[in-house]
Amino acid sequence: MSTQPSAAEGTVALSAVELDRRRYRRQRAWRSTAIAAVSTLVFAGVLLVAVTHAPGWEQVKSTYFSGSQFSDSFPRVLHGLWTNLRILAVAEAIILPVGLTVAALRTVKGAVFFPVRGILTVYVDVFRGIPLIVLLYLIGFGIPALGESWLPSSGITLGTVCLVLSYGAYHAEVFRAGILSVHPSQRAAARSLGLNHAQTMRLVVLPQAVRAVIPPLLNDFVSLQKDVGLVSILGVIDAVRAAQIDNYSTYNYTPYVVAALLFIVLAIPSARFADYMLARQIRRQQAGAVV
Amino acid sequence: MTAVLNVSGVRKDFGDVPVLRGIDLQVSEGTVVALIGGSGSGKSTLLRCINLLEVVTDGVIRLDGEDITDPRVDADQVRRRIGVVFQSYNLFPHMSALRNVSLAPRVVGKLAKADAESRARELLARVGLADKANAYPDRLSGGQQQRTAIARALANDPRLLLLDEVTSALDPELVGEVLDLIKELKAQGMTIVMATHEMGFAREIADQVCFLDQGVVAESGPPEQVLGNPSSPRLRQFLSRVLRHE
Repeated sequence: MSTQPSAAEGTVALSAVELDRRRYRRQRAWRSTAIAAVSTLVFAGVLLVAVTHAPGWEQVKSTYFSGSQFSDSFPRVLHGLWTNLRILAVAEAIILPVGLTVAALRTVKGAVFFPVRGILTVYVDVFRGIPLIVLLYLIGFGIPALGESWLPSSGITLGTVCLVLSYGAYHAEVFRAGILSVHPSQRAAARSLGLNHAQTMRLVVLPQAVRAVIPPLLNDFVSLQKDVGLVSILGVIDAVRAAQIDNYSTYNYTPYVVAALLFIVLAIPSARFADYMLARQIRRQQAGAVV
Repeated sequence: MTAVLNVSGVRKDFGDVPVLRGIDLQVSEGTVVALIGGSGSGKSTLLRCINLLEVVTDGVIRLDGEDITDPRVDADQVRRRIGVVFQSYNLFPHMSALRNVSLAPRVVGKLAKADAESRARELLARVGLADKANAYPDRLSGGQQQRTAIARALANDPRLLLLDEVTSALDPELVGEVLDLIKELKAQGMTIVMATHEMGFAREIADQVCFLDQGVVAESGPPEQVLGNPSSPRLRQFLSRVLRHE
């Protein structure tokens, strides 16, 4: 009869040494949890006391944490967030294929493709180098200023174009790192079967590359979620702009707190999903290892 | 009768370093040629040149009489007539054994999915892995992975099979299953060029053994002669080093 409930051990009784080890591990785990919990509570308490005893706290409380302002602004900021979500969905749907295509073309060898590689290198360098907010000013106000009727002039469209140009360059570099991380022997194996360059890329290299870069892509995605808020400078009424409008009319900053909370809520699923994918990848690579 | 493979005067430099300095080799239909030699002697490079994974610096390689080193030749066309098995298997980790083997018939041979898969199942059965069709490479032992890789290399029905030290990465108890499979392939008439460190196996299966040394075929002939009665001191030295552990 084993004293342990684990079914995997079956009927084999555990030795005294192992029982002692388990007792020690349980004890240590309990102690670490207790220490962590107490220290967190103490820190939070100190922080709370420090903030609420600051000389301007009453002022801050009514300006940033006004309950009535919160419930008044919430529906408008939430409605603005819906615009963010739509821009985000459209932008990411274009950014992913753009990034993948740019990355794949940058790795094509051969003198014929030199111009393509050159143009794409310039694209990545330029759009990764320009701060998004500057790009929004240049394209968002520059394109309508041309006065051509066939060019888009709405803030939403031009803002999305800017996000695609900027994040397309970031995604391209992430995908390129993924492509280069696939071992050359995989390419040799595919080519030795008679697959051409494009087939090798599509069937052998890219599936492995994409899998490898899902965590960093999700990281970029979380970053994009927030940067969508920058299109507010083009007059798009997104969550940030909606909060700003309320702030301008009431001089109360609670709407920004509303926006902050909504952005956090938006980011959590992506962040947890990124963690999950990363953990899965690590689990696959080192099944069973302790460190 | 023209040889399946004819290598003449092949040289290959990597930068300033000459690796192959003029290789001549004839492989007739249904024969097995074993390439032996120390590491860095050029065995793998020669195999990679034959498969056009490397561009030769000089010389000519003919497959069934056709000059495949001519740049006007479609390299993908040539490669599908040559099967290659690598030392570290190089199976595609994101594909099941069945998809690994059916990939070339589907993509290169333009077979319908069902036809390609039934062909792949036949090949897996031939290497004794009929029950592992849906397993992914990381669920297979080294020997099973290498046998899958051999099935994959046979999928295009190649004229020539190149084996690059296919047992070097295997645990000793798994070497036998792969060597048995190669013996079967020879019995079925496959033409094979293999780089190997398994001297016992080379002696048993090869029709011709070539000792590569410093980028040339230093000695070549039937296995009894090359392995049993080596004429050059360098080959004797090489054999005594390798055979000490066998």
